[in-house]
Amino acid sequence: MNALSGRRYVIAAIFIAVCLIYLMRLFYIQVLNDSYKLSANNNVLRYMTEYPARGLVYDREGVLLVYNEAAYDLMVTPRQVKKIDTLDFCETIGITKPQFIKKMKQVKAYSPYKESIFEKQLSKETYAALQEKLYKFKGFFVQARTLRKYPQEIAAHTLGYVGEVSEKITQKIPYYKSGDYIGVSGIEKSYEEELRGKKGLKVMMVDVFSRPKGRFKDGMYDTTAISGQNLISSLSARLQKYGEQLLQNKSGAIVAIDPSTGEILACISGPSYNPNLLVGRARSKNYGKLFMDKSLPLFNRALMAYYPPGSTFKLLNGLIGEQEQVTNRETRYPCNRGYPVMGGKPKCHPHPSPMDLPGAVSTSCNSYFCYVFRSIIDNHKKYPNVVVGYNAWREYVLSFGVGIKIHTDLPQELPGNVPTQKYYDKYFGKNGWKSSTIVSLSIGQGELGVTPLQMANIICSIANKGYYFTPHIVKGIGEKKKPRPEYNVKHYTKVEAQYFDAIIDGMQGAVDHGTSTSAKIKDLVVCGKTGTAQNPHGKDHSVFVAFAPRENPKIAVAVLVENGGWGATWAVPIGGLMIEKYLRDSISKPDMEKRMFEGVVLSTEKKSKDDDN
Amino acid sequence: MRKTEEGIFRNIDWITVIMYLILVALGWLNIYASVYNEEHYLITDLTQKYGKQMIWIGTSLTLALIILIVDGNFYAAVAWPLWIIVLISLVAVLFLGTEISGSKSWFKFGEFGVQPAEFAKFATAMVLAKYLSQLDIKMTDNRTKIISSMLIGLPILLILLENETGVALVFFAFILVLYREGLSGNFLLLGVIVVVLFILALLIDKLILIIVLAVISGIMFLFMRKIKQNMVLLISLFILSAGVIYSVDYAYNHMQSHQKKRIDVFLGKESDIKKAGYNVNQSLIAIGSGGLNGKGFLNGTQTKYDFVPEQSTDFIFCTVGEEWGFAGASLVVLMFLLLLLRVLFIAERQRSPFSRIYAYGVASILFFHIMVNIGMTIGLAPVIGIPLPFFSYGGSSLWSFTILLFILIKLDAYRLEILR
Repeated sequence: MNALSGRRYVIAAIFIAVCLIYLMRLFYIQVLNDSYKLSANNNVLRYMTEYPARGLVYDREGVLLVYNEAAYDLMVTPRQVKKIDTLDFCETIGITKPQFIKKMKQVKAYSPYKESIFEKQLSKETYAALQEKLYKFKGFFVQARTLRKYPQEIAAHTLGYVGEVSEKITQKIPYYKSGDYIGVSGIEKSYEEELRGKKGLKVMMVDVFSRPKGRFKDGMYDTTAISGQNLISSLSARLQKYGEQLLQNKSGAIVAIDPSTGEILACISGPSYNPNLLVGRARSKNYGKLFMDKSLPLFNRALMAYYPPGSTFKLLNGLIGEQEQVTNRETRYPCNRGYPVMGGKPKCHPHPSPMDLPGAVSTSCNSYFCYVFRSIIDNHKKYPNVVVGYNAWREYVLSFGVGIKIHTDLPQELPGNVPTQKYYDKYFGKNGWKSSTIVSLSIGQGELGVTPLQMANIICSIANKGYYFTPHIVKGIGEKKKPRPEYNVKHYTKVEAQYFDAIIDGMQGAVDHGTSTSAKIKDLVVCGKTGTAQNPHGKDHSVFVAFAPRENPKIAVAVLVENGGWGATWAVPIGGLMIEKYLRDSISKPDMEKRMFEGVVLSTEKKSKDDDN
Repeated sequence: MRKTEEGIFRNIDWITVIMYLILVALGWLNIYASVYNEEHYLITDLTQKYGKQMIWIGTSLTLALIILIVDGNFYAAVAWPLWIIVLISLVAVLFLGTEISGSKSWFKFGEFGVQPAEFAKFATAMVLAKYLSQLDIKMTDNRTKIISSMLIGLPILLILLENETGVALVFFAFILVLYREGLSGNFLLLGVIVVVLFILALLIDKLILIIVLAVISGIMFLFMRKIKQNMVLLISLFILSAGVIYSVDYAYNHMQSHQKKRIDVFLGKESDIKKAGYNVNQSLIAIGSGGLNGKGFLNGTQTKYDFVPEQSTDFIFCTVGEEWGFAGASLVVLMFLLLLLRVLFIAERQRSPFSRIYAYGVASILFFHIMVNIGMTIGLAPVIGIPLPFFSYGGSSLWSFTILLFILIKLDAYRLEILR
């Protein structure tokens, strides 16, 4: 027996050995290895995002332009779906049984326990029908979302639209998570940070069936959502709508700006589309349609299309000539239905000759401004050669916000094009060009590319006699109702105020008795200038720029009608009507208005893309 | 009155009793935490498992008292009849029992159920003690070995028929008792070898395994002089091993799919954590997330929100690990070790062989339960559905462990009155 009683130690040793192994194992999984803690959190914690309401957008007169409308996503937790009447369910939400089976398969593949979207953005009608029966469909529930709505159905390009964030953005900016919405274009994009507000986060605990079980640590890690800020746009909804009507069945753009502030009053690109088309479930379908449309409705001509400014550019050349002291109000140049220096080219139309500067503006004499241009850049007393002279001229042009980005608050803005010296060196060879080679610049043709917004901005600088405020579309942000500070800054042109009167006299003359008489408004001094932008791809573009009234200008407008021919045909009447609509709100020439509304200008473009850029 | 009380508690081993009470109380608290229901927050709420466990604890304490009151000679005397009654009830339950998830091992009385297999444990421990304590019995006799195997094997067979594989496995723990009473250590070693072969046979192709074994045997024969003289033993060992390998292979291929799956998961052959491995994975997450100090009482998210299945019965240790951390879990493990060592200590101070052998039976059963139950929650043992002594929710298991332990306490208290 004694021999056997020693065996108790063997047995005790087995007990102790197992105990030690277990203690080591416990130490490893509980203290050394952290992965189980992570898995535990994944099991039990659900991060629920609270989406803030996106900011609203009003026009300058308080008209609501953009608001949020409730939309309903149908959600499902596959594991909880039991014994539902599939046929009834499919009929209620309007899908077929194979679609139902396919969708269930997809959501199950994601996770049988976690919730996922079964059907996005149910229509109001479907939601109403479904809500009554929802108790029968276990495992399904509805989550409220918001959709953007554009009640005025105007200014699609300017207001822009929102869409789901791309993977690229979610990787770059941690704020955005897959499935979030973000402004994709227009104000929605450029004021994204102001409009979106700040998402809130609720950390919830759930059980094994994903049923919520209360807040994690009594909401210690929760944050509340902060609503987005409302914006006041500088747009005038009635002017915008009117402009869109005027431009219907035409391609082109109208930009109207208040010169005293730089606030954009209207920004129209034709053809346009209803902004509500790019909302919700129908977006991808509609976007595809608009994208394929040969008239390019998605293309924001007002900010992105480069047009040769045509004769409207003569205003700039006149101003630069005066500032350079090579021209003054009284300077007269001959015209013999063309520029005599180059054997009558560029050609001109019949008018009295020689004329002074205002007269040349009023009649839009080509020859006159060829002389001016030549005397600016071939000014040998001041500039040693044509290159230096050209660069000096170009600097003047850039100071009017042409050929550079002026940094408006609209995301699509493009800089336009004023050719550099390098460009000509490359094109004609070094020392291979002179003023006569590039003479078309004097009348706004050739390689020049100016956007309608830039045309309007030039007119603002002229109306203000030498400076502009950067055009902007939002005049008030949030509670403070102030624009971004950079839009309160005057940008001075390189032409001094004293030189503007001669040009403005010419512009007034053009409306009173020159090329733009159809823009005349009773008891209102309108100053304008027509243009006919040569278009190598088809019929010329019709251009008109103007501001009014002459004293304390309230509106500057640029109108461009593609393939509209002479400026006077379409652009001048439209410009005049826009001014009258904005300043008077009543139209004195209903016949002309009717003609503009009903007029159709067919595109004669040979290729679908816009010219000269 | 006072005198009788003194009589009941005289000479009892208070250390064991206190350890028992602590473990039962901790078990109750952890059951409360694992199935905590805010609407029924009272631990005494009888509609909840923790309320019911209170009844089981009450009745268990009553049972313990009764055991202590009964005369010390009684248990040795009723060993045989008790064992036979249990065997009969094991047969009866096959015909009259209620089937619960594939096993026919429960007698149901309304809401409460009784599982005869639980009571077979202490009955077998007693009958084994009774048989081996006879004066003319020697463990080295083949007759003794055969009869002992039958005493253990019969209940195993009946319980296997009930489809309670887990409970049946517990009886293999009695090999420790036989070892203490003189069974050759080779059998213990053999047991270990069989387990190792069992696992290898499932992992490695059987032909390769046999060739490897043959090579090992050959090497041993060539280089070990002692074995050279014992060629018969070596060859029989080799044949036995081959037999084990083939029978394991056969058994595995004829197993039910859920058993197969459990074995596969334990061996790491299958790692589909959403299906068969789910329990173990969730159990590891719960315990692992407890960290050093745990999440605190009632703050265990994994067990409270049902991520761990069977969290109040077989996986009750998860709640310990999650809410009390490494500190609490290791304390519980150490407490169980202390209890086991205390039982061994008690065993060795007995004058009567019956009491000693029974004490080893108690230690073996407790050890097997503790090892397998805690082992499966931390991924060191296959998932076999057996409860953690004194902790797991359930009347049958708490009653049977209480009876098991308190018979020992009574026998120990009575030891001085036994004449050699």
